[in-house]
Amino acid sequence: MGKGVNHRDVDRRHFLRGAGLATMATMATRFSGASTEAVERFLATRFAELSPKEVEALLEDLERDFSRRFGKEISVEATPAMDDVVFGYGLDISRCIGCRRCVYACVKENNQSRNPQIHWIRVLEMEKEKGIDLAESNAYYDPEQVPEEKSFYLPVACQQCRNSPCTRVCPVKATWQEKDGIVVIDYDWCIGCRCCMSACPYGARHFNWAEPELPVDAVNAKTHILGNRPRMKGVVEKCTFCIQRVRNGRYPACSEICPVGARKFGNLLDEESEIRYLMREKRVFVLKEELATKPKFYYFYAT
Amino acid sequence: MLILFGGIGLVTILSIVKGGADIERHEGGGLKAFSPEDFPEIEWNDPSIDEPGAAGLDGTTEAFKVAPPPFSEDIFPCSECHADMEPDVERRVLEDMHDDIVLDHGPKERWCFDCHNADNRDRLRLANGTLIGFDESYRLCGQCHGTIFRDWRQGIHGRRVGYWNGAKSYLLCANCHNPHAPKFKPIKPLPPPVRPEFLGNQ
Amino acid sequence: MMTKIKKFFLFVLGSVRLVLTGSKAYWTWVGSLLILIVWGASAYATQLRDGLIVTNMRDQVSWAFFIGNFTFLVGVAAAAILLVIPAYVYNWKPIKEIAIFGELLAISAITMCLLFVTVDIGRPERFWHLMPFVGSLNIPSSLLAWDVLVLNGYLLLNLFIVTHLLYKAFFKRAYNKALIVPMILFSIPFAISIHTVTAFVYIGMAGRPFWNASILAPRFIASAFCSGPAILLILFQILKRLKVVDIKDEAIWKIAELMAYAMFLNLFLFGAEIFKEYYSATHHLLHTQYLYSGLHGHSALVPYAWASVICSTVAFLLFLFPATRKNLITLNLGCLLIYAGVYIEKGMALVIPGMTPDTLGEIYEYTPTMTEVRIGAAIFSIGFLVFTLMCKVAIPVLKGDFTVDSLKEPVGHRPLAQSRSMD
Repeated sequence: MGKGVNHRDVDRRHFLRGAGLATMATMATRFSGASTEAVERFLATRFAELSPKEVEALLEDLERDFSRRFGKEISVEATPAMDDVVFGYGLDISRCIGCRRCVYACVKENNQSRNPQIHWIRVLEMEKEKGIDLAESNAYYDPEQVPEEKSFYLPVACQQCRNSPCTRVCPVKATWQEKDGIVVIDYDWCIGCRCCMSACPYGARHFNWAEPELPVDAVNAKTHILGNRPRMKGVVEKCTFCIQRVRNGRYPACSEICPVGARKFGNLLDEESEIRYLMREKRVFVLKEELATKPKFYYFYAT
Repeated sequence: MLILFGGIGLVTILSIVKGGADIERHEGGGLKAFSPEDFPEIEWNDPSIDEPGAAGLDGTTEAFKVAPPPFSEDIFPCSECHADMEPDVERRVLEDMHDDIVLDHGPKERWCFDCHNADNRDRLRLANGTLIGFDESYRLCGQCHGTIFRDWRQGIHGRRVGYWNGAKSYLLCANCHNPHAPKFKPIKPLPPPVRPEFLGNQ
Repeated sequence: MMTKIKKFFLFVLGSVRLVLTGSKAYWTWVGSLLILIVWGASAYATQLRDGLIVTNMRDQVSWAFFIGNFTFLVGVAAAAILLVIPAYVYNWKPIKEIAIFGELLAISAITMCLLFVTVDIGRPERFWHLMPFVGSLNIPSSLLAWDVLVLNGYLLLNLFIVTHLLYKAFFKRAYNKALIVPMILFSIPFAISIHTVTAFVYIGMAGRPFWNASILAPRFIASAFCSGPAILLILFQILKRLKVVDIKDEAIWKIAELMAYAMFLNLFLFGAEIFKEYYSATHHLLHTQYLYSGLHGHSALVPYAWASVICSTVAFLLFLFPATRKNLITLNLGCLLIYAGVYIEKGMALVIPGMTPDTLGEIYEYTPTMTEVRIGAAIFSIGFLVFTLMCKVAIPVLKGDFTVDSLKEPVGHRPLAQSRSMD
């Protein structure tokens, strides 16, 4: 699942880039008056190809930048995937009441832009009589109270597909699937072509159409470089199963905030886990299964 | 050449001279963008459920913390009042105390002593006579709601906070469901996302 | 080696001088193009500063005006070979003399394509990530990565061919047949491939059922072969009228005839698509319905969709019958109609309905903003300017007016000479 790296290519690329870097950095610094740091960031390497030492240096750089920007201590981790772990998610549509607390908890946890607004989770209201019919769904429902009698609710976010179309079409390998099944984006590498957004069948990917506005007092200081670190304009982002939490063993924010316990999360490789239990005992389904994306986000009906 | 240029210009300009302002008001909101900071009453990190201790990343530490029963203030222990009182098991509408309780749980024949124990109010009574504490009230609920109880034990029913591979804290049935009138009341949803037409004008 | 460089420098110098001398009409044309370019460039500066939010693209419709234009122009670039095939495969002299204009059109079109993609991406300064070896081009998996390779390759191929031909003609020497003819012949499958790879970018997306149809690849080629030569036909008549180049009527009619076949194929494939959508009437029909009859009250594209169908059909009829095909008025009308028809079909009627309703069933009605139109106008103007400047050099070279000798005398008006045969 993880993108393997051919070391010969990496070495050649490093050499070429090193040579190019030296020349371009000198020229660029002279002509543009930009700091060497900014220029080096511009010519930086893809995250997946960095050596552990380079990763450390990059994290330090980012922490320094963010801490300065937000006026408080921001930590940026690069916690790797755990062994023998593949994450799966379960969503109980018999319980979801469409209250959208998961949507906003996700925004808070993952440092999404407030303006222009980005939501990684979209809750669709559907009519019970019509069943799951995306064309008839409504994401903008705003009644006085939920749940409404005639409706049920289906929250949709990144399905972390095993056979993901988005990672297939990215022209620069800025997005890939990690060993633990999370599809991640290297925000410093993404060129913002939005090919992945066209390819995603679930509308799970979102674009920073302008410079993200993240209020200083609202920033979540515990970040992961492939997850909730503050982004920049012109790059794509999406749900990462709260990679900064789950790789440290914690539940994602959406599953913790859900007031009715409709969201379940765990390790698909662990037979005793909650997610495996519900897959055994309940009847699960996935969205758009005919597209063979093989999502790891399972909807089920508990009662 | 002029024809060509004019033609091209016409085609391209026609494609934008649409009244882009005829945005229909679809069902629902989405005109304004809200953020979590607009709802300070919601505790997004929810310390009301105690954060469990060690993460237990090796998967072996499994500490399960349970929230305490949601007693109203000063109501427990019940025996403080009831120790000296004669139990009156006749089905009636309560007038002196506990008249604020609306009983709406199942068939209309439901009555306090179906669950509460007449002789010792500090305990609940199971069908076979066993007395249990309020902190184990799920055993009582589980008698009728067996499938839910089974799911709840596995973590499929109800909310959990903590570590998927370690310490978790969970809730009693009564922490979410009022045992006297368990059906959830609908709540006000948080606002919808801003519609794409209005994304840029916030 | 030094003489070669010196010679090339002479050629470039001469070309620059040519480009900077011209009639009033020329300067009016170039001037208006430059004004449009500046007008659009300032809009792009706003976009660079504020982000793509200045467009009307949103998550729901994340590809729109820029990518639509890009797709259309790739077709135009590919269609240049419609001239190359009769010229070099069938060795038909009347077209062989003017095949180079097809290549000039291809160069201008590819330039515009690359510009449209550049203005569409969110972090343009990271373009170098797309370069093989230096960046991380995702070959063979990503079709967009392949598109980057083939488009640039096609551009370089055509630039090389044209530069070589003109350079040799400038020095009054025959071009290197052994080098050029294979390259020109190779440009035929290359041209087909650029448009097919672009089609594959769309076809490969299973989540977009409007695009996920194998018929898109032949449709692209067919519509490209209608619209690209339409521009050339009008251009040739202008050049002929201005007595700049003598182009035989036969050549024009032959191109028109080939276009008629392409138009038929275009309409046939379109008909096949329509049948499939309306007969099987699955959920996927929603996109076609949005286009031709509107959905839930949203019908912004409906007039354009129908206009496109009508224009393409009328153009086909005009080109089908020799009487209307050989009549200059109806011929030119047909060219305009097919250009409009295919422009709408490949631009608005491909990209927008593919994304409306979006993957979760939402309908966001997209129309371009003024910023997008300005940027588009600027890019079109750059394309026209590139084409104009190249013609400004190519035509005198081909006529024999501009050679290494003429550097010694001022470039002025010379008696009309028969255009040099490209043999």
